[in-house]
Amino acid sequence: MTSNVALANNRSWLDFLRKTGVWVGILVVVAAIYGYTTEPQVTTSMLASTLRQSTPLVLGALCGLLGERSGVINIGIEGQMLLSAFVGFLANVYTGNLFIAVAAGVLTGALLGGLLAFMSVTLKMDQIIGGTVINILALGLTGFFYQTGLTTQGKLQPIALGPLADLPLVGPVLFENPPITYLAIILVFIMHYMLFYTRWGLRTRAIGEHPRAADTVGINVNRMRYINVSIAGGIAGLAGAFLTLEAVGSFERAMTNGRGFVALAVMIFGKYMPFGVWGSALLFGFATALQTQLQFSGTIQIPHQFIGMLPYVLTIVVLAGFVGRTRPPAAEGQPYETE
Amino acid sequence: MAIQASEKGPTSSFGERLASFWRSASVPIMAILLAALIGAIILLLSGANPIDAYAALFKGSFSNARAIGRTLEKATPLILGGLAVAFAFKGGLFNIGGQGQLLIGAIVSAAIGFGLGGLPFIIHMPLALIGGAIAGALYASIAGALKAYTGAHEVITTIMLNFVAINITDFLANGPWKDEGIVARTPAILETAAIPKLDNIPLGFFIAVAVAIIIWYLLFRTTLGFEIRTVGLNPNAAKYSGILVARLTVLTMAISGFLAGLGGSIETLGVVGRFQPGFNVGLGFDGITIALLARTHPLAVIPAAILIGAMQAGSSQMQFDAKVSFEIIDVIQALILFFVSAEMIVRWILRIRADGDGGVRLSSGWGQG
Repeated sequence: MTSNVALANNRSWLDFLRKTGVWVGILVVVAAIYGYTTEPQVTTSMLASTLRQSTPLVLGALCGLLGERSGVINIGIEGQMLLSAFVGFLANVYTGNLFIAVAAGVLTGALLGGLLAFMSVTLKMDQIIGGTVINILALGLTGFFYQTGLTTQGKLQPIALGPLADLPLVGPVLFENPPITYLAIILVFIMHYMLFYTRWGLRTRAIGEHPRAADTVGINVNRMRYINVSIAGGIAGLAGAFLTLEAVGSFERAMTNGRGFVALAVMIFGKYMPFGVWGSALLFGFATALQTQLQFSGTIQIPHQFIGMLPYVLTIVVLAGFVGRTRPPAAEGQPYETE
Repeated sequence: MAIQASEKGPTSSFGERLASFWRSASVPIMAILLAALIGAIILLLSGANPIDAYAALFKGSFSNARAIGRTLEKATPLILGGLAVAFAFKGGLFNIGGQGQLLIGAIVSAAIGFGLGGLPFIIHMPLALIGGAIAGALYASIAGALKAYTGAHEVITTIMLNFVAINITDFLANGPWKDEGIVARTPAILETAAIPKLDNIPLGFFIAVAVAIIIWYLLFRTTLGFEIRTVGLNPNAAKYSGILVARLTVLTMAISGFLAGLGGSIETLGVVGRFQPGFNVGLGFDGITIALLARTHPLAVIPAAILIGAMQAGSSQMQFDAKVSFEIIDVIQALILFFVSAEMIVRWILRIRADGDGGVRLSSGWGQG
């Protein structure tokens, strides 16, 4: 890998797309067409489920990406998602207003992002320990305040995008989704634009690659890390809101089920690029959708526990195969000391 | 930490030793007090009386011989879980996979415990004990090998392996190793494999303490321990001094997994008597708190584990007497972890200078092998 991958943005994501994305894309399209001609209903539900399963992973990975691009490793995504899912759920129970509920989830995530920034920037704690604190804290707080028997008034419903939703296969898969699923896709584009075409993006990449140089030209490294890690936390909060307000509609203990960690693998596999992250989240979403499909259909005689391992084993394989070939931002994990 | 203080040599006076002990023990002690204080505030906010809650917690963990026995019983896997994390820390690795390694160790020891009949106690029990520990070691060395040879960060791989272990053990307890009846669990272990109890005192606790001493000796008195600590402090320097870093990474993870697996074995053979899914959930995270509370020193792991074990042992009494949900324990643990790691806050409160040891630095990006 050349040293300026992260800054030479367009070239490398095109490279990435050429190398893996195209093959995955061709495979998916061929499989989808073949599936649609033989089993239209199963194929449609599989692809729709893939997109939905990928949503929390896209959001979690975007959270990780923004943090690491700014030089802060975030392994607390799991905890940020969990507590946001819980607070969003409670807000829905007590206000009955889904908009307020989602906002409460996002705000919770942002506050936990602020806590991570406080630990890693101000206290200069080890960032991996800091993230672990968030994970354990979220597990404890949600367990302590959780009461069984709370019910909500509904969850976010799919919005059909006019005539587009009537298209065969593509319609129900892409254009008839609940709001956070759309929002996750829009955020991929926004993140790409913001990171590579705005002054904020240039500065963010600078403080993740070479904070000293950024400081020299007058960027307030630590303040910017605070802001970015908080925004990133808000994105993880949206992923949490997705779980309780869009996907399930209720809260369960430890319901994130490792998604926050899978999201980190998604981020690495996506080479710290928003579009790469989207592609790899779709792959992981597909693995989960496949797992669910296999468990329900019962066509293959494999014990369900082995199918249940699929997303986790895939994460390990992807990490083992790709981690050495991506180059993370150079300054991640290190507190920045002003002189 | 008294051991560390005495290492300064015979020349240091009692006063100096006390000062040195205070420097290393003050942060953990203050962290516990601060966490208890904030825990009390959370209890107040949730409408409970914190004094009643803490009193019940103490009553349930130390008030009589049975309570103390339960505390030591709870502390046993925690000592081993804490040692597993602390040992890996010394080698620069963060093993969050204690949970998975414990599960694998527990089910393998259960299988040896119920499957091998006709052996005398003197062979059967140690065999089941060590068998589980070795299974944990092998399982952890997967993450070690992935780290050493592909650079995949152990924090993610060990967490993923936890989920894989839950599925594997769930499959075994529902399938090939299932007991008769409808409950998903293995048959009970044979009497020859059980770790005996003396009155209220679980013998497993003494095994755990002995292992802590062995690990201390291994780390601070042997060449292997020196090499592991060197890799932990500076892998590049270790490489140039001729240490085989990759091999040592696998070995460090394996020993760490051995400890967690042993925790699973002792719990199975000494407490539960069989394997059932949902066994000792959350041990991996407890181990992290304990290791950092002990500032990664193997002997300090023992009191740290007894503290957390006491909280767990007393939590049902607290739930009964003060109507406080036992998850408050997890909140307090997270706060302890926060204050122990956020040394700066505590040192500022106490106005003491840093002693320069016990700090942990792990994050240097995902790619470094």
